[in-house]
Amino acid sequence: MPSAKLMQGNEACTIGALVAGLEFFAGYPITPSTEIAELCSEELPKVGGKFVQMEDEIGSIAAIIGASLTGKKAMTATSGPGFSLMQESLGYASETEVPVVIINVQRMGPSTGMPTSPAQGDVMQARWGTHGDHPVIVLAPGNVKECFDLTVRAFNLAERYRVPVVVLTDEVIGHMREKVVLPDWKDVEVEDRARPAAPGGYRPYEADPDGGVPLMAPFGEGYRWHVTGLFHDETGFPSGKAEVADRLLRRLDRKVSKNEPVIRDYVTESTEDCEILVVSFGSSAMSALSAVRRARREGVKAGMLRLKTIWPFPEEVVRELSKSAKAVLVPEMNLGQLAYEVERTVGCHAPVVRIGKVNGDLFRPDEIHDKIMEAAK
Amino acid sequence: MSDILKYFRQDRLPHIWCPGCGHGTVTGALVRAIARLKLDKNKVCVVSGIGCSSRAPGYLDFDTLHTAHGRALAFATGIKLARPDLKVIVMTGDGDCTAIGGNHFIHAARRNIDITTIVMNNNIYGMTSGQYSPMTPKGFLGTTAPYGNVERTFDLCKLAEAAGATYVARGTAYHAQMLVDLCEQALTHRGFSVVEALTQCPTYFGRKNKVGGAVELLEWIKDRTVNSKAAAVLPPEKTAGKLLIGELYKNPQPEFCDEYDKVIAQVQRKFDGFRGGVRGCEQNSD
Repeated sequence: MPSAKLMQGNEACTIGALVAGLEFFAGYPITPSTEIAELCSEELPKVGGKFVQMEDEIGSIAAIIGASLTGKKAMTATSGPGFSLMQESLGYASETEVPVVIINVQRMGPSTGMPTSPAQGDVMQARWGTHGDHPVIVLAPGNVKECFDLTVRAFNLAERYRVPVVVLTDEVIGHMREKVVLPDWKDVEVEDRARPAAPGGYRPYEADPDGGVPLMAPFGEGYRWHVTGLFHDETGFPSGKAEVADRLLRRLDRKVSKNEPVIRDYVTESTEDCEILVVSFGSSAMSALSAVRRARREGVKAGMLRLKTIWPFPEEVVRELSKSAKAVLVPEMNLGQLAYEVERTVGCHAPVVRIGKVNGDLFRPDEIHDKIMEAAK
Repeated sequence: MSDILKYFRQDRLPHIWCPGCGHGTVTGALVRAIARLKLDKNKVCVVSGIGCSSRAPGYLDFDTLHTAHGRALAFATGIKLARPDLKVIVMTGDGDCTAIGGNHFIHAARRNIDITTIVMNNNIYGMTSGQYSPMTPKGFLGTTAPYGNVERTFDLCKLAEAAGATYVARGTAYHAQMLVDLCEQALTHRGFSVVEALTQCPTYFGRKNKVGGAVELLEWIKDRTVNSKAAAVLPPEKTAGKLLIGELYKNPQPEFCDEYDKVIAQVQRKFDGFRGGVRGCEQNSD
C-alpha cells in the first residue's frame, strides 16, 4: 500500500536505498548528511545488513567498494569536505567498474565553509573531481519525494552500468520536510547487476568495446578474479599496452555517453513557446519555478527546465529547448558551474545569464524573477 | 612444492620483483601457511594497496583486490563485514601500511576485525625508487634523505598492539621457516592479526646505504633481530637496540563481525519495513 509520510530528504534517500536493496553502508559523520548514516545504522541490522562508521571518508568509500565486490548493494553519504576525500576511490570505482552510490548533501564551500548552509558548488567536482577521464552519473533531486525516487534510480543505474552514481542534494533538500507518498515497495522497479552463470572461463572485463558492461562476479563464489586500479585487459590483470588502455577508457566512457538518452531525466514547464528559458536543479529550481510562473502570469513567455540528471549533461535537450529562446538563465547556488555546460551547449544561439548565489541562503523567487524580467526587456 | 603451487596463478609468473627482493620469500611463507591450513581457495580474499609488496595478490589464485595506496585495510573491512565467512588477508608494505595507510591500520586493529595483515617491511619506498619511509632507521639514506634520515621510526608491532590488534608477530625473510609458522598462527587467530615481516630491498635500500646485496641485507636483518624467547633470558646488553622476532602478543578478544552479528540477532525481524518497505521480505506489515 502506498503510504503518506512527513519526512526529510535525507530520510527519503535512506528509504529509497533500502527499497533498492541496500545491504551495506559505511560512512563518517558530516553535516548536513549525518541523518542518512544514523538511519542506516538503525535500519540496516533489522534487515540483516551492515553499517560501519569508518575512520574517515576515504575509508568509507573504500569499504563500500569492498562490500559491493562481494555482491552487496552499498552506499555512503557525505558532504563537501568528505566528498573531496572520496575522490580518489570514486575514480577507483569507475576504473574497476564497481557499482556504488554516494549521496552528497552539498553545503557551502570551499573548505569547511558553512556546514549548515545549502550550496550547489559540487556540480563540477561530482563530474571531474577524481583524476583522469572517467564515467560517473550524477542525479539531482528537486524535492523530498525525488530523494526517494532518485536514490532508487541511482542504485539501478549503478548496477546496470557498473559505475559510481552520485546523488547530489543540498542542505535544504536534505533537511526540508515534506509530505511524501511512497509507493509500495513491491511496485518499485529494482535492478541488479548482471552476473556470470558459472566460474568456468570467466573473463571479468570482457564486453562490447562500444560501451558494453561486463558481467560481474561476486567475491567468494569461486571466480577467483583480480581487480586492480591499474589499466587492465579483459582478464582483469594489469597491462601497460597503449591499445589496451585506450580500449578500456573509451569503453568506460561510452558506457555513460552512449546511454545518455536513457539516463537523462528532466522536468519542463511552459517551454513550448518560451523566450526566456530558466535552467536549474535542486533547491534552486524550487525558487526558479516560482519565478517562472509569476513571470508567465505577468505575460512574459518564461519556461523552466529542471534537470534531474546533471551528468551526463543532456545537451540535446538543452539545445532543443533553447532554440527559440532570447535568453537562457541559469540560477544556481555557486558562481556558475552548470552554466558552463549550458553556455557550451547553447553556443551563440542565445545569451546565457549566470545567476549565482554564494552566501549560504536559498534564492528568493523575486531575485530570479527580476532577472527574468530584465532579460525579457 | 606442488601443494603450494596450486595457490599461485602460475600463468602470471614470473613476478615483477627485483632479483634478491625478499617479497617472494614473504609471499611464499604466507602461501605455505595457507597450504598447511588447507584453506579453500574460493573462500580466501587477498587485498593490497600500492607498492612493491602490493603486487603480490596478482600472483595468488584467490579473489584478489589491488586497491589504492594505503587503503587496503579499508577495502578489506568492507569485504570482511559483508562476507564474514571469507578469510581476508591484507598484504601491504611499510609505506603503504604505516604512512598513508596508518589511520586505517590503527582503526582496523581497534575494531579487532578478523583480517590477517602481512606487512612487508623493507624500510624503504621501493616502487618509487628509494625514498625514506616511516620505517627507515634514523641516519639511513634514501633518495629523499640524502643526508641521512632525521625522522624516527615506528615500532610497528607495539603500534599494532597499542591500537588493539589481538595477535602480533614479527618475522623476517631470513628466518623463513619461522615466518611460515607466524603466518599460520596469524591466519588461525580470530581477530585482527599482524605479522610484520622484515624483508630486504637490495635495489634501493641496500645499494643506497651500501649495506650490500640480498645476502648482506639478510645478514643485516639477522644481526638486528633477536628471538623474543631468547631475549627473555639474555643479558640486556645482548638485546639492546635489537628488534624482537617471534610471537609478540596474543590476546583473544571479541571479534568485530561477531559482535555486529549479535546486534543483528537482536534487532533483525521479518518485516516489510522501514517505513517504505524492504525488498526481499514477504511479510508486509506497514
